[in-house]
Amino acid sequence: MALSASKLKVGDKHSERVVDNLTRTQIVQYAGASGDYNPLHTDEIYSVHAGYKGAFAHGMLTMGLTGKMLTNWVGDARLKKFGVRFTNQVWPGDTLDSTATVAAIRQENGEHLVDLTISTVNQAGQEVVSGHATAKVDP
Amino acid sequence: MPKITFPIEATHILMFARAIGDPNPVYADAEAAKKTEAKGIIAPPTFAQAMAQFDPEYRLRPKPGQPWFGSGRTASGIEGKPASAGGLHAEQEYTYHRPLRPGDVLTSETKEGKVWEKESKRAGKLIFRERITEHRDQNGELVITARGVGVTTERPVEQK
Repeated sequence: MALSASKLKVGDKHSERVVDNLTRTQIVQYAGASGDYNPLHTDEIYSVHAGYKGAFAHGMLTMGLTGKMLTNWVGDARLKKFGVRFTNQVWPGDTLDSTATVAAIRQENGEHLVDLTISTVNQAGQEVVSGHATAKVDP
Repeated sequence: MPKITFPIEATHILMFARAIGDPNPVYADAEAAKKTEAKGIIAPPTFAQAMAQFDPEYRLRPKPGQPWFGSGRTASGIEGKPASAGGLHAEQEYTYHRPLRPGDVLTSETKEGKVWEKESKRAGKLIFRERITEHRDQNGELVITARGVGVTTERPVEQK
């Protein structure tokens, strides 16, 4: 189900819990699927040796989780742009909530587009990802 | 950097969607996907990152016969200061021209972008490096442009 420009207004929001109690196993799954085997993410012993309190999630896993909220809202094959900054680390046990907020509704080359600002926060309310996206919407 | 041939495969998309905990059938079920607006299986928005699987030189994958910096008999297979202690991902942005579909064969070319420095209270001197990757399909059409920024920190990021 696609969004419609005529029904959206600036400030409209969509939120989803994208992961509840992130497991080390999910981080391992992401390493395997993405091909990023950096032991900082999957190897607690190495990660502590490197100066961290333990292994932490790939930034790109958090971006992937955030993207799930986006595609659930704007629909499949609708994204034009999706960008993030990684602002804090994500740890096993974290619970993340992602929110997209309508920043602008516009037309370009005959297409209706919505610009979104994106924020993903952990259970402490700390932002782990901030970003933006643009998606095609129906008129 | 050499061009990478990046074949888009249904099983790889399925594994990637599972890893991000996304049960959307458009990533896994060919019959169900046909009935959606996408008209078939597509890849999730961050899938292009999995190009790493097809990069023969990818630094963050253990290779047979070569020392690996993760733990084994010791906490790191490499002596001294952990090589990747500071290498982290700062930013990522994708510009999409069309979704990726199983059967696509991408040719992906990465170019170095800007380099800049910043002082940080939590991690010392930061060096940012931008990389731009253009993913083109079997017809030479640009399908995704990826802009990534990596950061090397002077010391591990202080944890709040």
